[in-house]
Amino acid sequence: MSEIDPKNDRLNRRFAALKAEGRGGLVAFVTAGDPNPEASARIVKGLPAAGADIIELGMPFSDPMADGPSIQASSLRALNAGMTLRKTIELVRDFRRDDPDTPIILMGYYNPIYRYGVDAFLADAVEAGVDGLIIVDLPPEEDDELCLPARAAGLHWIRLATPTSDAERLEKVLTNTSGFVYYVSVMGITGTKSAARDSIAAAVSRIKARSDLPVAVGFGIRRPEQAQEVVSVADAAVVGSALVDTVKAGLDEAGQPQDDVAAAVHALVRDLATGVRSGQTE
Amino acid sequence: MELPNSYRTGPDERGHFGIFGGRYVAETLMPLILAVEKAYTAARQDPSFQADFDYYAKHYVGRPSPLYFAERLSDELGGGPGRGAKIYFKRDELNHTGSHKANNVLGQILLARRMGKTRIIAETGAGQHGVAPATFCALFTLPCTIYMGQTDIERQAPNVFRMKLLGAEVHSVTSGTGTLKDAMNDALRDWVANVENTFYIIGTVAGPHPYPAMVRDFQSIIGKEVREQMQEAEGRLPDSLVACIGGGSNAMGLFHPFLDDTEVKIYGVEAAGLGVNTGEHAASLTGGQPGVLHGNRTYLLQNDDGQIKDAFSISAGLDYPGIGPEHSWLHETGRVNYVSATDEEALDAFQLCSRIEGIIPALEPAHALAYVRKMAPDLNRDHIIVMNLCGRGDKDVFTVADALGVEL
Repeated sequence: MSEIDPKNDRLNRRFAALKAEGRGGLVAFVTAGDPNPEASARIVKGLPAAGADIIELGMPFSDPMADGPSIQASSLRALNAGMTLRKTIELVRDFRRDDPDTPIILMGYYNPIYRYGVDAFLADAVEAGVDGLIIVDLPPEEDDELCLPARAAGLHWIRLATPTSDAERLEKVLTNTSGFVYYVSVMGITGTKSAARDSIAAAVSRIKARSDLPVAVGFGIRRPEQAQEVVSVADAAVVGSALVDTVKAGLDEAGQPQDDVAAAVHALVRDLATGVRSGQTE
Repeated sequence: MELPNSYRTGPDERGHFGIFGGRYVAETLMPLILAVEKAYTAARQDPSFQADFDYYAKHYVGRPSPLYFAERLSDELGGGPGRGAKIYFKRDELNHTGSHKANNVLGQILLARRMGKTRIIAETGAGQHGVAPATFCALFTLPCTIYMGQTDIERQAPNVFRMKLLGAEVHSVTSGTGTLKDAMNDALRDWVANVENTFYIIGTVAGPHPYPAMVRDFQSIIGKEVREQMQEAEGRLPDSLVACIGGGSNAMGLFHPFLDDTEVKIYGVEAAGLGVNTGEHAASLTGGQPGVLHGNRTYLLQNDDGQIKDAFSISAGLDYPGIGPEHSWLHETGRVNYVSATDEEALDAFQLCSRIEGIIPALEPAHALAYVRKMAPDLNRDHIIVMNLCGRGDKDVFTVADALGVEL
């Protein structure tokens, strides 16, 4: 049912290119507006050059129930600095002027979008150059809300699969999913634990047996060698909390960003990208 | 909006009451939610589950709670003997643990045992819904972790100590603003990280389906008893029902059995804090807009960007920026009238009830009483009001002393 023209599909093009290169991808997550809108724009703009293949941009929310302390804190920093959903979309529009190729996925919670208005949000997001959405609190049971309208508007709808997704549930999760499948490698919230390679490999095969979509693996990946390990069994590794923690480490005592906060984030992305590039896909 | 033939058939199979309710949770939580729904559906049809509930409700909680004619208060508000509305209190403050929360916790803990869960978590604002799970966990030898906001821990010290005496671990929540909504966020985080052994006892008629319906069902024992007791006392239905609303579980428990008796007027009283027009309040229906939080669509206190605002009330139990989804639906259909009472009005009612009736109410039902106080004088003695006195005020004496400038 996808309305996306394959030729203009940045996400599919990117995964196809990765396949051609014979390597896995790096999905870099940062929160839009963290630590403030200006520094955040610098951080996001530099991600592709540092080696991020796909950008996952968090839409800050006051009550991010599925996220751990790191990402929750980053959301609050952004909100306190005046970030809004409208400004997040502007950030993407601004980024897209200089970078027509790097896919951007917006990740967040439904309420700010609901408040913005679903139709207005989808129109603005598509126009700004957003490629897909991950909305944490919209499971398949609520697909009428945003998933189906988003697909019809030409956006990918990326869903999370978990270790507790049994065969029946996985079927449901994969229905209406597009772009890629985001496998949550450990139970719990973002940024706290990591999973063993073997269990990830088994889970990825389970998903691949039921879907042709690429599989990205996230939750708990912080170091280059972990990213390398993950892409040896999956199509991409998602790194979030480690980058967000780097933003936090780049703040002075008053919570203001030091000059090199963007550089520090980009340095970590570069290390992770090196890890990903040295991994072999099986 | 087209009005339904019955107000009591909801929710639909996807957990919706009109546009409200639903299951807006992360995929990590979905298997848990579905398992709870399946187990609850089976339990409802199992006579042994109801028998267990009835046994503990009677012998441990102390049900049925009395329906008491507050004659002194009726006369006082009416301006003389036999004048003004006839006010009854449903005495749920006499339940073991001191509030209506015991009804729901009993139901959910029996369900948790049925599901083979070995650990209980819960969130609490005022601490009443912390004390109730801690109590039942002591009775059934289950480890219990209570999530409570740092702000609430400070203002509800007696309840915190009670929970600890009962063997529960009280987890101080510092994220966000350290109140009930943050405690709920952290309890949900605990749950997704401990899916195998843990049951989450939500304390109110909110959260993802099936919680709003399940908690309502367990609390409906309040309204069912009132129907029978009123029949015995007056031989008819009451004219008005009044209950306070934070998440809205005591109110839903009283209201639900009467929803289809459209001659019965129903009033839900939200906490207006310093006043709804000040922005410092907890009145989600009066001062909020529909949104999605904590697994359901409902009225929420939020800004234009959809960020959740902090609620404000002297009563920690009403200090929540949302409300149960069924209340949102009853609000939009017009079946229930949602009104509000300020901190000051609640404090006055708190003192009046203590002085006139010798009952120290919790600050939560003091909001309901504040509204009763407004409506009763203009009514005649043939108008019967039932107010849910859903909790006792022992826990609030420090807060009230502080508000009145009394040093203890």
